[in-house]
Amino acid sequence: MDGFVRVPVREQDPKVRATNFGEVCLGYNKEEAENEAQRCLNCKNPKCVQGCPVSIDIPAFIQQVKEGNVEGAYQTISKSSALPAVCGRVCPQESQCEGQCVRGIKGDPVSIGKLERYVADTAREMGIKPQGATEKKGKKVAVIGSGPSGLTCAGDLAKMGYDVTIFEALHEAGGVLVYGIPEFRLPKDAVVKKEIENVKSLGVKLETDVVIGKSVTIDDLMKKEGFDAVFIGSGAGLPRFMNIPGEQAMGVFSANEFLTRSNLMKAFDENSRTPIMRPKKCVVVGGGNVAMDAARTALRLGAEVHVVYRRGEEELPARKEEVGHAKEEGIIFDLLTNPVEIHADENGWVTGITCIRMELGEPDESGRRSPVEVPGSEFDIECDAVIMSLGTSPNPLISSTTEGLDVNRRKCIVASEENGQTSKTGVFAGGDAVTGAATVILAMGAGKAAAKGIDEYLSK
Amino acid sequence: MFKILEANELATNIFQMIVEAPRVAEACLPGQFLIIRVDEEGERIPLTICDYDREKGTVEIVVQAIGAETFKLGKLKAGDHLADVVGPLGRPSDLCEESVEELKKKKIVFIAGGVGTAPVYPQAKYLKELGVDCDVIIGAKTKDLVILEDRFKKVCNLHVTTDDGSYGRSGMVTKALQDLWDEGNKYDHCVAIGPMIMMKFVCKLTKELGIPTIVSMNPIMVDGTGMCGACRLTVGDEVKFACVDGPEFDGHKVDFDQAMNRMRLYKTEEGRLLLKAQEGDTHHGGCGNCE
Ligand SMILES: Cc1cc2nc3c(=O)[nH]c(=O)nc-3n(C[C@H](O)[C@H](O)[C@H](O)COP(=O)(O)OP(=O)(O)OC[C@H]3O[C@@H](n4cnc5c(N)ncnc54)[C@H](O)[C@@H]3O)c2cc1C
Ligand SMILES: Cc1cc2nc3c(=O)[nH]c(=O)nc-3n(C[C@H](O)[C@H](O)[C@H](O)COP(=O)(O)OP(=O)(O)OC[C@H]3O[C@@H](n4cnc5c(N)ncnc54)[C@H](O)[C@@H]3O)c2cc1C
Ligand code: SF4
Ligand code: SF4
Ligand code: FES
Repeated sequence: MDGFVRVPVREQDPKVRATNFGEVCLGYNKEEAENEAQRCLNCKNPKCVQGCPVSIDIPAFIQQVKEGNVEGAYQTISKSSALPAVCGRVCPQESQCEGQCVRGIKGDPVSIGKLERYVADTAREMGIKPQGATEKKGKKVAVIGSGPSGLTCAGDLAKMGYDVTIFEALHEAGGVLVYGIPEFRLPKDAVVKKEIENVKSLGVKLETDVVIGKSVTIDDLMKKEGFDAVFIGSGAGLPRFMNIPGEQAMGVFSANEFLTRSNLMKAFDENSRTPIMRPKKCVVVGGGNVAMDAARTALRLGAEVHVVYRRGEEELPARKEEVGHAKEEGIIFDLLTNPVEIHADENGWVTGITCIRMELGEPDESGRRSPVEVPGSEFDIECDAVIMSLGTSPNPLISSTTEGLDVNRRKCIVASEENGQTSKTGVFAGGDAVTGAATVILAMGAGKAAAKGIDEYLSK
Repeated sequence: MFKILEANELATNIFQMIVEAPRVAEACLPGQFLIIRVDEEGERIPLTICDYDREKGTVEIVVQAIGAETFKLGKLKAGDHLADVVGPLGRPSDLCEESVEELKKKKIVFIAGGVGTAPVYPQAKYLKELGVDCDVIIGAKTKDLVILEDRFKKVCNLHVTTDDGSYGRSGMVTKALQDLWDEGNKYDHCVAIGPMIMMKFVCKLTKELGIPTIVSMNPIMVDGTGMCGACRLTVGDEVKFACVDGPEFDGHKVDFDQAMNRMRLYKTEEGRLLLKAQEGDTHHGGCGNCE
C-alpha cells in the first residue's frame, strides 16, 4: 500500500441494496481498520482535530487502533463524544475532520469516520461502556428532546454527577436519529438504541411521551418539579411546504411524514401496523440529506425516483457520499429544475407535476448563486407521489409557552454559542433548535458546550 | 405504560375508558386531544379527551372501533396497559379563553354526531361549572347508539335525535337544529363535532342561519406536534396543521371536501390491516375485494 489511497470500505451491492433496508456501508474489519490506521501520520499539530466540532483526539485514538487497543480508543473518543457509532456513520466528514487531514493534500485523507465507526461498533460488540460519575452533585437538570444535542448534554452532565432527566415528545428516544435518518444509513436497534442505552447507563432518566409546552411547561419543571436548570434540544422539526397549487392533493407528503412513517413507525416492514404509500413514480423536491433519505426510501419501497432541485450538482447540500450512493442506486437527478404546480385526478390523487428549468444567476451575499427561472421552459413529469423536502424550522411549541425566552426572526432560540445560555436564567439551548436544521455533530457540540455552561452556572 | 382503570362498551363497538395519565390530566382543557399507542408495535392514534380528573390523574376517552388499531383498543380491559399516552395536544377550545360574562351573554348550541358526542361532553361540563347554560343536540343513527345521555342531562339542555326516529326527535342533526331555531332558539354560537360529512352540512345550515360555527377536525395524524404535516387542511386561504393550529377551526372557512378526500389516503392499506386484525392470518387477497 502506497499510503495515498484509503483502504476501501465494503458496501452492499447497489442493485441488491436498492431493494432492501439493510445498511449500505458494511464498515471495516480489524485488519482493514488497522491498515487504514497505519496511514495516519500522528501529526504533532493535528489539523483533523480542528475540523471536528467536538475535538475528538483523533491521532490518539487512531494510534490505539494501530496497536489493536479498541477499548482504549473507545475511551479516548468517549471523552469527547457520546455517540461515536452514529457520528462515524453520518458526519459530513469530507467537510470536517477529513476535510482538514494533511493526508488529503496529496491523496486520500485518513478515513477517520470509518475508523471511529469501527471502534464504536467493536466496543459495543465487546460490551465496553462509557465511564460514569463517581460523585453526585445533588442537583437536577431537565433536558428537553432526545436528539444528538440532548443526549450529549445529558451524558456529559451525568458524567459530572448531575441528576438528569430527558423529556421526549415522541414514544421513542433519538430525535432525527430514529425518525429521520433511515435504517439503511443508521441501523436503529443495532446502533442508535445501543448508544442511547449507553447514555442511560450513566444514570440518565428518560421520560417519553412528554411534550414540553403542552404536557408541562419549562416554568413548571423549574418551579414545581425542582429542576435547577433546563437544556432545550428540541430540534427543528417543522416542515416547510412550497405553497404551490395542488400541494394538498393525495400523494403529496412532507419528507418528515414519509420518513417518520418508514423509520419511527417501521412502515417499510410489511408487518408494520402503520401504513405508507408505496409510490410507482415519485418526485422528491429538494437537495439536502433529507431529500436523499426520502428518495432512497421511496426507491426501496419500489418507486422510480426523481430528485428535483433548483440549483446544480455542485450546490447540492447533501453529503457527497449520499449523493453518490443515491446515483448508484438509480435515483434520477433533475437539477436546475423547480416545481410550479402539482396536478391531481378527479379523485384528488397526484398525477404529475409541472416544473420549470432554472439557471444560476449572480452570487448573492452568502456567495451562493441564486437560481432564476428560464421563461417558457415548463415541462411535466408524470408521477403518483411528491415528497417535499424543503428544509425545516424550529417548532414554536416551546418558545411560545416559555416566558422570557427570546427567539429570532426564524423562530430559532437565541443562545450563546459558547455556553448555550438563553435569555432566561437557568435555561440553556443548543442544536437545531438554535441554529436551524444543521448536523448531528454540530448539535452534539452545542450539547457539550451547554453541559459545560450548565455546570458553571450550577457551581456558582 | 399507562394503566386502564375502567373499560366499558357503551354501545356496539363504542368503548369508554379511564386511563391513568397524570401529566395529561394535570394540564388538559376541553377541546384538546391525546395520542395513544395500544402496544409496542401500535400505530399512534389521536383521541379527544372526554373528561379528566386532575386529583386522580386520570383521563377518559371514548372510542369507536373502526379499524385495526381501534378494534385492538376495544378489546382491552380494566387492569391492562397502554404502551403510550401523550398529551394534551392541540389548542383548547376557544370557549376556554372567554370570560364568564361573555359566555353568559351567548346562546350556545353544541351539535354532536355519533362518537363526536364524547368530545362535546367536557365542553358542556366546563360551561356548567362556570354557571353557563347551553343546548346540546346529540344525533345518532338509532336508539342503541345514543351515548352518555345521563351525563349530558346533568350539564345542559339536551335534545336527542335519531336518524330512524327510534328515540327522541326524528331525523338528522341539521333537521333538529332547524326545528329548534324555528321554535325560537336564536343561537349565536355553534360548536359541531362529529363525522366530517355531518360537520359540513351543519356548517352549510349555520351559514344560512348566520350562526358562527366552530368544528373539530380529525384528519389523519402521525406525531400530533406539528412535525409531519399529515394533518394539514385548508382553512380560508391558509394551510393549517390540525394538531397544533386546531383541532377546532371556523367551520365556515374549512374546505371539507378536500379534508374528506385526504381521509381516504390510506384506505386500501388500512382495509387490509383491518381484515388481518379481524380474521387473523387467513386473508391473503385474491377475493377481488382488494387489489
Ligand atoms: C432525514 C434527515 C437526514 C439527516 N442526515 C444527516 C446526516 O447525514 N449527517 C448529519 O450530520 N446530519 C444529518 N441530519 C441533520 C441532523 O439529524 C440534525 O441536525 C440533528 O439531529 C439535530 O439534533 P438536535 O438534537 O438538535 O435535534 P433533533 O435530532 O431534531 O431532536 C430533537 C428532539 O426533541 C424532541 N422534541 C421537540 N419538541 C419537543 C418538546 N416540546 N418536548 C419534548 N421533546 C421535544 C423531538 O421529538 C426530537 O426527538 C439529517 C436530518 C434529517 C431530518
Ligand atoms: C384530533 C382527533 C381526535 C379524535 N377523537 C376521536 C375520539 O374521541 N373517538 C374516536 O373514536 N375517534 C377519534 N378520532 C379518530 C380516530 O383517531 C381514528 O378513528 C383512529 O385513528 C382510527 O384508527 P384505526 O387504526 O382503528 O383505523 P384505521 O385502520 O386507521 O382507519 C379505518 C378507517 O378510518 C379512516 N380514518 C383514518 N384516520 C381517521 C381519523 N383520524 N378519523 C376518522 N377516520 C379515520 C380511514 O380512512 C379508514 O377508512 C380522532 C381523530 C383526531 C385526529
Ligand atoms: S465526530 Fe464527526 S467530525 Fe468528529 S472525528 Fe468523528 S466523524 Fe469526524
Ligand atoms: S491530520 Fe490526518 S494524518 Fe494528521 S493526525 Fe489527523 S488524521 Fe492523522
Ligand atoms: S400530525 Fe404531524 S403535523 Fe399534525
